[in-house]
Amino acid sequence: MAEDLFNSFMNGPDEQGRFGIFGGRFVSETLMPLILSLEEEYDRAKDDPTFWAEMDDLWKHYVGRPSPLYFAERLTNHLGGAKIYLKRDELNHTGAHKVNNVLGQILLARRMGKTRIIAETGAGQHGVATATVCAKFGLKCVVYMGAHDVKRQAPNVFRMRLLGAEVIPVTSGRGTLKDAMNDALRDWVTNVHDTFYCIGTVAGPHPYPAMVRDFQSIIGKEVRWQLAEQEGEGRLPDTVIAAIGGGSNAMGLFYPFLDDKSVNIIGVEAGGKGVDEKMQHCASLTGGRPGVLHGNRTYLLQDDDGQILEGFSISAGLDYPGIGPEHAWLHDIGRAEYVSITDREALEAFQLSCAMEGIIPALEPSHALAHVMKIAPDLPKDHIIVMNMCGRGDKDIFTVARHLGFDMSDTEEGRDTD
Amino acid sequence: MTRIDAKFADLKAANKKAFVAYVMAGDPDFDTSLELVKGLPAAGVDVIELGLPFTDPMADGPTIQLAGQRALEAGMTLQRTLDLARAFREEDNTTPIVLMGYYNPIYSRGVETFLKDAKDAGIDGLIVVDLPPEEDSELCIPAQEAGLNFIRLATPTTDDKRLPRVLQNTSGFVYYVSITGITGAAEAEATNVGPEVARIKASTDLPVIVGFGINTPEKAKGIASVADGAVVGSAIVSQIGAGKPVGEVLSFVKSLSDGAHSA
Repeated sequence: MAEDLFNSFMNGPDEQGRFGIFGGRFVSETLMPLILSLEEEYDRAKDDPTFWAEMDDLWKHYVGRPSPLYFAERLTNHLGGAKIYLKRDELNHTGAHKVNNVLGQILLARRMGKTRIIAETGAGQHGVATATVCAKFGLKCVVYMGAHDVKRQAPNVFRMRLLGAEVIPVTSGRGTLKDAMNDALRDWVTNVHDTFYCIGTVAGPHPYPAMVRDFQSIIGKEVRWQLAEQEGEGRLPDTVIAAIGGGSNAMGLFYPFLDDKSVNIIGVEAGGKGVDEKMQHCASLTGGRPGVLHGNRTYLLQDDDGQILEGFSISAGLDYPGIGPEHAWLHDIGRAEYVSITDREALEAFQLSCAMEGIIPALEPSHALAHVMKIAPDLPKDHIIVMNMCGRGDKDIFTVARHLGFDMSDTEEGRDTD
Repeated sequence: MTRIDAKFADLKAANKKAFVAYVMAGDPDFDTSLELVKGLPAAGVDVIELGLPFTDPMADGPTIQLAGQRALEAGMTLQRTLDLARAFREEDNTTPIVLMGYYNPIYSRGVETFLKDAKDAGIDGLIVVDLPPEEDSELCIPAQEAGLNFIRLATPTTDDKRLPRVLQNTSGFVYYVSITGITGAAEAEATNVGPEVARIKASTDLPVIVGFGINTPEKAKGIASVADGAVVGSAIVSQIGAGKPVGEVLSFVKSLSDGAHSA
């Protein structure tokens, strides 16, 4: 037993907030006391049954958990190999996995007496989830969003505004997700007394990567019992697959399986136009190297001078130049495999999901599905793949239409989206 | 004893407050920036804070962000920043240079190589915004071992419980950030800053210099009168951003240093 514990992959991070060399607390002194008090508060909440009782209640009645684990039969037959299950987190309230984590952080913010919530968002899913939960609890909400993303994700911008959030288009730097995170950090450092920063992914200074992972782990925990229910007691997936930008939906699916050595773990990064194309992608692990940004050490897209590069992806939810530190560690120790999928492959998977299963996926999980399409045909029929369908595609139909050459400019919805 | 320690010893002997000026290395280009830096000592600058450009300056307001972008667009790198310091050192071997920036360019180069190169180039101290005491083993301790000062920021959120930890491995001077916020934002008030400086000085013998939100000679005087000196950054950098000639920027710097020195 002692040996098992020693060998566990689930003990991270250490007290410095490190997963191996990754993670840490690389923030300015102004934020440090707050980061420490957040860690204390989270440690208390984690061991407090009333905190989890409140989470469970909200997950069930507000979010609609558990999300179904769905056997994708036609897709399975079409690909002709492994048995494919989709974890339907796109059916959550707000249409993605993001709300799992937001609920946890907002409950913590309330415990800490913070009245103003800030968030960064790329595709807008985390922003919508944060605006939603803030509306539910009557908290002031400010969302930072890259100016470019504000344009390409107009429906989500409007949703956030309907939900009462203030959406601030970020034009500093290049006006992308990483710049939105910079501006959120600048806001936080300025309003540290009343403001809680609700980070949307498993990145940032400790304790965020661990905390967000813990909140998202509900995904993998449900998969464990749901698969056992459908495939028999004790049956684990043979492969779990999820898309990765920062990596929160993936960490949520992977974490409960880290110590099950029979389970292959695959993370799918956004390959944009191809990882060989110089910086036309955002595959931090396959195309980056370790560095320090936004409070943690992790793999980053950067030039020889340590200047951060912009990612490129068809999916606004994936174009972040970094990745959660726990993924960086799992990559280095070889516990998980990380691959990349191009925009073109993701678009094909997007269409296949629509045609075969009647599910319009977000572009983010379309990347994961594209990798399923690559590997499933060569796997035996009793091999079970569980893929996280982490978001629905309503927000992406305009982008996809443009790439497929479908003209929506005459429709009401299409008029002002680009 | 570094040039920083020597400078503060001199100032103390002369019963004089320090004036510290921040400029971004390579803003708007290498040659203009070098000309400006070379002119700073004659404009009354006691310590030069040389900004190391970074794409993602999370603790800086728009003025310094844009300065970094200008420098990077003009081809500035960590190496060129050290080259600039070295070129300055050919003419001035006493004015301390503190390199101020973010950790990633340093980490990317490799801490050991960086420290050797920085020391060779005539850098005397480091301020690395995203390295709190919790990460001291990264750069702070190796820097001190290499003979460079590691200057820590203390802030209004650094309470009494935390202050000893912040001061523990600090050397050269303590940089008190007068506001919770980013560079170039709110304005510092001497009435608020005085008690905070006194609180820090009760726990350390190091000089306490105050920065953030100081933008006029009067403010520089007011702040310097309640501390061991004042730092001005954004107000100088915005003049460079507005395209003012070096001579005009240096006149402005002189007015600021006169303000601080009259305290």
